[in-house]
Amino acid sequence: MSLSHYLVLAAILFTIGAVGVLVRRNAIVVFMCVELMLNAVNLTLITFARSTGTVDGQIIALFVMVVAAAEVVVGLAIIMSIYRTRRSASIDDANLLKY
Amino acid sequence: MSDFPWLLAMIAVPAVGAAVVAALPRERALLAKQVALGVGLVVLLLAVLTTLAFDAGGPRFQLTTSVPWIPDFGSDFALGVDGIALVMVLLVGVLVPLVVAASWHEADAGPRPVRVFFAWLLLLEAMMVGVFVATDVLLFYVFFEAMLVPMYFLIGSFGGPRRQYAAVKFFVYSLVGGLVMLASVIGLYVVSAAVLGEGTFAFDTLTRIDIDPDVQRLLFLGFFIAFAIKAPLVPFHTWLPDSGAEAPVGGAVLLVGVLDKVGTFGFIRYCLPLFPDASRFYAPFVLVLAVVGILYAALLAMGQSDMKRLVSYTSISHFGFIALGIFAFTIEAGTGAVLYMVNHGLATGLLFLVVGMLIARGGSRRIADYGGVAAKAPLLAGAFLVAGLASLALPGTGSFVSEFLVLIGSFPERPVFTVLATLGIILAALYVLLMYQRTMHGPARGVLLQEDPAEPLPEGGGATATATLTTPRRTLRVADLGRRELTVVAPLVALILVLGVYPQPLIDLIEPAVVATLDDMGASGGTDR
Amino acid sequence: MSETLPADGLLGWSWLLIALPLAGAAVLLLGGRRTDRWGHLLGTATVGAAFLLALLCTVQLAGQDGTPADVELFTFIATGELDVTAGLLFDPLSAVFVLLITGVGSLIHVYSIGYMAHDPGRRRFFAYLNLFVAAMLLLVLGNSFVALYVGWEGVGLASYLLIAFWYTRPGAATAAKKAFIMNRVGDVGLALAIFIMFAQLGTTSYAGVFGSVGTLAGGTITAIGLLLLLGACGKSGQFPLQAWLPDAMEGPTPVSALIHAATMVTAGVYLIARSAPIYDLTPTARAVVLAVGALTLLIGAIAGCAYDDIKKVLAYSTVSQIGYMFLAVGLGPAGYVAGLAHLLTHGFFKAGLFLGAGSVMHAMDDQVDMRRFGGLWNKLPVTFATFGLGYLALIGFPFLSGYYTKDAIIEAAFDRADVWGWLLGGVAILGAGLTAFYMTRLMLMTFFGRRRWTEGQHPHEAPAVMTVPMILLALGSIGAGFVLVVATPLADWLEPVFGPPEEAAHAIPPVVVAAIVTGVAAIGVLAAWLFVGRREVPVTAPVRVSPVTRAARHALYADAVNESLFMRPGQWLTRALVWVDNRGVDGAVNGLAAGLGGSSSRLGRAQTGFVRTYALGMLGGAVVVAGALLAVTAG
Repeated sequence: MSLSHYLVLAAILFTIGAVGVLVRRNAIVVFMCVELMLNAVNLTLITFARSTGTVDGQIIALFVMVVAAAEVVVGLAIIMSIYRTRRSASIDDANLLKY
Repeated sequence: MSDFPWLLAMIAVPAVGAAVVAALPRERALLAKQVALGVGLVVLLLAVLTTLAFDAGGPRFQLTTSVPWIPDFGSDFALGVDGIALVMVLLVGVLVPLVVAASWHEADAGPRPVRVFFAWLLLLEAMMVGVFVATDVLLFYVFFEAMLVPMYFLIGSFGGPRRQYAAVKFFVYSLVGGLVMLASVIGLYVVSAAVLGEGTFAFDTLTRIDIDPDVQRLLFLGFFIAFAIKAPLVPFHTWLPDSGAEAPVGGAVLLVGVLDKVGTFGFIRYCLPLFPDASRFYAPFVLVLAVVGILYAALLAMGQSDMKRLVSYTSISHFGFIALGIFAFTIEAGTGAVLYMVNHGLATGLLFLVVGMLIARGGSRRIADYGGVAAKAPLLAGAFLVAGLASLALPGTGSFVSEFLVLIGSFPERPVFTVLATLGIILAALYVLLMYQRTMHGPARGVLLQEDPAEPLPEGGGATATATLTTPRRTLRVADLGRRELTVVAPLVALILVLGVYPQPLIDLIEPAVVATLDDMGASGGTDR
Repeated sequence: MSETLPADGLLGWSWLLIALPLAGAAVLLLGGRRTDRWGHLLGTATVGAAFLLALLCTVQLAGQDGTPADVELFTFIATGELDVTAGLLFDPLSAVFVLLITGVGSLIHVYSIGYMAHDPGRRRFFAYLNLFVAAMLLLVLGNSFVALYVGWEGVGLASYLLIAFWYTRPGAATAAKKAFIMNRVGDVGLALAIFIMFAQLGTTSYAGVFGSVGTLAGGTITAIGLLLLLGACGKSGQFPLQAWLPDAMEGPTPVSALIHAATMVTAGVYLIARSAPIYDLTPTARAVVLAVGALTLLIGAIAGCAYDDIKKVLAYSTVSQIGYMFLAVGLGPAGYVAGLAHLLTHGFFKAGLFLGAGSVMHAMDDQVDMRRFGGLWNKLPVTFATFGLGYLALIGFPFLSGYYTKDAIIEAAFDRADVWGWLLGGVAILGAGLTAFYMTRLMLMTFFGRRRWTEGQHPHEAPAVMTVPMILLALGSIGAGFVLVVATPLADWLEPVFGPPEEAAHAIPPVVVAAIVTGVAAIGVLAAWLFVGRREVPVTAPVRVSPVTRAARHALYADAVNESLFMRPGQWLTRALVWVDNRGVDGAVNGLAAGLGGSSSRLGRAQTGFVRTYALGMLGGAVVVAGALLAVTAG
């Protein structure tokens, strides 16, 4: 398995995540897609860390995981409260924050 | 005695005074006024003592104080005065107490507390003194911008019906100019760092370094635009009529009398010595603006129906004369221009005050709403006439001396511009006398007319009774100047007349500084023939 | 001009001449109503004291053979190369003017005590009158062109204040403004002349300028001369700036007598005479002076024939007579003395005529329309007698003042002995005839014929306080000419100023000139009798008149020309500029502000609130950044 295999896999995962964020309406799914993109980035970071023999990339990946965890907590809480008030988890229904 | 930090005191006293006035309880309005007046008089006293401590024949900057301010940038809190700054500080010292007295009831009726008005006024005084006495370019810039804040609130909180519009316009205009200047200030620092190895904002050092002419032209423009907006020169002038008309009278006096002078002060203090080559390069362009401004604004003044706008436009015309004097690069014209700043402050200040007193009586700013006031209020009319005659530079008033010096000093160097500018004195006579004639002369008319108490109708005389009813007798009811107003007007009238007959002491103060400025420029000084 | 003495003795006090009336004005203006009861007496006393002082100073001057005395007072303006000292120059020329101003001024002050007795603003009137005397004395006593300029504008101010004395009348207020502004046009000329002097010679004092003016190029001297002439035209009501003077008659009559007849309007003549060393070097400018004088002489005389307002006729007569004086001083050394002599005698008889007119108006409830007068000679005997003497002096009746001085001017014109001399002399003689015509018309309409008074008028002679000055001026009208020209020649007195009088070779013997002038004047008188005296004078002016008469009634359309050339275009320009400034300049600024605001709110529309739009934006942005990075690293 060469370096490029990992990178291609990460790219595929990232693309799936990005498309999912753009096309899906359900907030939970969008959220999961964001997680997918984050993990794709993590994969890239670790790949490069391994190839260069340093630990910097792995450390950053750990940071990303921590941030992602925090984000899940806050994000799910927001989605829950929106769902409670609007009876919908569609992100297109929550568009009041505009000009 | 000479070790006393006079200049610092003149900034600190009104600033502290402003804080004290602002901290007074709302219901102590009278106390706020009294404190403000007291502080104003103390500053006047300090200004006079400073003048006495100043040695006209001594070094250029005197009474200097300097403490490190932002050492990393090489900027000091450096204060000092030369003759030019000194007369401007004197002007501030004279005008502020008079403005306080003239604005005694200005804020009484408004929704905002009286103390706020006077606190802003005193803070403005502190900033104005600071801007004239700073000898550090960055410090100058800070005062230059800080000056806007009190004036913004004076216009925006205590002004006329369109005060919001006027205040925002004033602020945005000044801020744009200020930011362009900031760019130049930073540029100056960078240039000084390149030349000296270590950057500095000290005015004295900056005047001594040689700057590449191309760089000078760019940096000059930054300063020039800021000052041209402040002064204001045509075509950067349209904020002034709005601000002048909407500002409370006291604010308008300080705005036109002092604040705008910062622009012309900046020309002679900063543009000329810092960028001598650029000044010479741009001089024809500036002179065109100046002369166009003199004639254009004078014609516009004639077309105004609002007295305060009219006075504002006359000031724009006068600023053209000052700019002409500064950019003619002769001792006579330069001295005349600085003297013009002082005399214009007194004359236009008086004109604004008197117009304000008339407006306070009639409640209207329109010229057409008045007529024949002189018959009932001779003192008001007399003060109005003196102010108007000073504005049209009649001999015997201080303005004549300065206008004459500007023109006679500019003529040898720039005859064409001077001849065109001289035509402005005809227009000046027109706009002053038109306004005077329409408001003070002629039969009584306008808003000051009040119906006489109705006479009892004759019994049964139906037809004649209706005839008299259709044309009720109306007489002009207007109070002449009261004691407070007289104490405001009289010192200004006296100063205008004294400076018209014996201006030499002021000239002696100003001339060395102008000579030093022209020496910094490497200009020949004086007139070549 | 060459040498001056430091002033000692009384001459050292000559600044008091100015200070006295100035102090009077200050006391009256600042004292307020407290001074109402004695203000007029103080005002008169200060001018009277100035007259006495002037007499004593003149005696001392005569004692030192007319050597000018220089009085240095204080440094007025000194900066750079400019050094203006406030100083006075008391020489024979200024002495003549000082005596005229304070002498006639005192008489008119006395007269005004009576004339203004019932006016509530009498104190203010005397204050302004004192102010005028002070400014006028500064004008003639100053030792530099700057001092002259200060006095020059000072008298303009006093004139403004006095014309607008009855300011509630719109006509008076407008006339005052018009006078001030037309004067300012002239002042610009004077100011520019001073600028040229400073630029070229570095000085503005008489001594400095006259001493070195010869070093200048001819064109520069001519420019100075023409600019000074512009100033003189403004102040003296000469073509093309003559239109303000008749309007100035809106002021009280003593003002018309003092300012707009005897003194201020002759300041232009003083200026040209004082600047003789300049004009002596520039024949071109002098020729223009001649042309202006001759033209104005005719304009004034023609307009004087058509007006029905007694004061306006006298005003146009003044315009015309000052034209004579300009003509004289334009002739150069031959004419200076003649012009000044005429100025002095004119000061006497024209002031007397105005005071007489004031007396008539006083008697007729301020009526000025001559068609409403008539037959007043036996009701106002003193006025009639003094006015009549002034009239005879003005038309050049043999051996009265005007006869000597006007003839001197006409002779000097003929003495040029070229075609221009003949032309100018002819114009002057024609003017004399017209003068005789309009003055006779005035006399006939006012004092003779049927009484055409408004009902209820009871004319009465003025009190002694008014008639005594009239009588004194009438004496001057009789004798001044003889005294000045024949008995103690003015030419000798003015010799230190203008040099020794030349013995001109007369082209035509003076007797012949005198005979011709007298003859032409007689024809004028006869014509007036035929047109006016023989017939009934209609109470309203005839409407169907010849175009010539109509033009004369409109003062040859001077006002119409000013209006259509300057006033209307000026108003139009002002309106246009106000529009440009509001819509153009300010519009551009406000438009910029509105444009910024509009585009910001339009940009704000991009914030739709849809999360996915933002996400797409972020993705797009990331792709662009990545692409740009790739392009940079690859390139």
